[in-house]
Amino acid sequence: MSFWAQAWEVARTDIRIESRAGEVFKVVTPFAVVALLVFPIALGFQLSVVREIGIGVFWALSILFGMQIALRQSAADSLERRDVQALLGVDPAARFTGRVMSATLLTLGFMGVLLVAMTLLYAPSLPDGWAVGLIVTSALMAVGLAELGTLAGELTAGLRNRANLASLIVAPLAIPLVMGASQSLEALARDESILPWVLLLAASALALAVGGVALARPLEEAAQ
Amino acid sequence: MDTLACLEGVGVSLGGSPVLRELDLIVSASEIVGISGPNGSGKTTLIRALATLQATDGGSGTILGKKLGSPAVRCVRPRIGLIGHAPGLISELSLRENLIHISKLAGIDPNRVDHALEVVGLRGASDRRVSAASYGMKRRVEAAHLLLRRPDLLLLDEAMSGLDSNGVDLIRAIVESTVAEGGAAVVVSHDVDHLSRLAQRTLHLEAGKLRAGE
Repeated sequence: MSFWAQAWEVARTDIRIESRAGEVFKVVTPFAVVALLVFPIALGFQLSVVREIGIGVFWALSILFGMQIALRQSAADSLERRDVQALLGVDPAARFTGRVMSATLLTLGFMGVLLVAMTLLYAPSLPDGWAVGLIVTSALMAVGLAELGTLAGELTAGLRNRANLASLIVAPLAIPLVMGASQSLEALARDESILPWVLLLAASALALAVGGVALARPLEEAAQ
Repeated sequence: MDTLACLEGVGVSLGGSPVLRELDLIVSASEIVGISGPNGSGKTTLIRALATLQATDGGSGTILGKKLGSPAVRCVRPRIGLIGHAPGLISELSLRENLIHISKLAGIDPNRVDHALEVVGLRGASDRRVSAASYGMKRRVEAAHLLLRRPDLLLLDEAMSGLDSNGVDLIRAIVESTVAEGGAAVVVSHDVDHLSRLAQRTLHLEAGKLRAGE
């Protein structure tokens, strides 16, 4: 079976599992929306401040909860399931790619719902041309988060306390993604080009993709 | 006679503790080897080492002609069939969907899944989710998985526990047909009587070392 056929099958199955379990849209997303409600309360309903911070809160929650989405999929892999895949001859790089594909799709869906909720609750002041900027940066951030979460899941496979360890790995590596995403809209507000920030996001996503694919096989061997 | 698996002086340590010590084992084509042993003796670790899924830290070996620990061993993994302690199935999918997923990943025609389900007696329950299936049903799905893949080297770790007599007969038939086609099987069980009826030779594993069974 070809690399892409295996990757597609892994992604398709992950999406099907999510459609049955509903963790992303029935558990993670409502939690994130509740978190959106907390900020205005904490700020004493100062509407001008709430409008200012809206997009920043969106990025922060996207990172925090988006990472949970990507990590959740890898964490669901039991030793037995990994054994089955190894004996079926599944290329670890294809599994990584498939995981990234499904996690990207789910993260984008999550971010879409969160954006609508944030817009309704915060009525943020957005700069001109925000829609294109937001779509591009959200898509690149979703890819980067999916890669980062999947890579962290692979790095910690088979370890005890893997959830804590994965979070520690992810936090510093997520900084370029957060910077790229948040600063691109800041640049728009200042009437500057968002290209440098989009390139930072794209370079981060590319580096994580190369790293994930290159490390997939050694990581699988190391986990045995 | 062809050797399908050969371990020479193999050791395995888990968490710094030796589990297998200088273990020797040869499994020839058309042979069924039974392995018994008390809890914690290293039976599951041995099965995982034979499946090339457990790194060894001493000795050498070949599995289906490829050197253990070498990258080439990946090529022979699709020729190995493993039923371990816990089924490696996806809880959110149905029994049938699990087998279709496995078929697609292995490059097997998914149209064969229904026939395999029929052979293992699960045709009527094929749409049941794994989370709602009994342990015996999950074991039968793993048997169907073996029927789909037809591996040359079967590794069964307490594969018959939790199965009714029909299920035990089914696993036995798969083992016998594999061996008849020139493959081999290593069967691990606590049940020494059962092993002696199925296997051509039995070995006893204790404290990480193999010796001839009684």
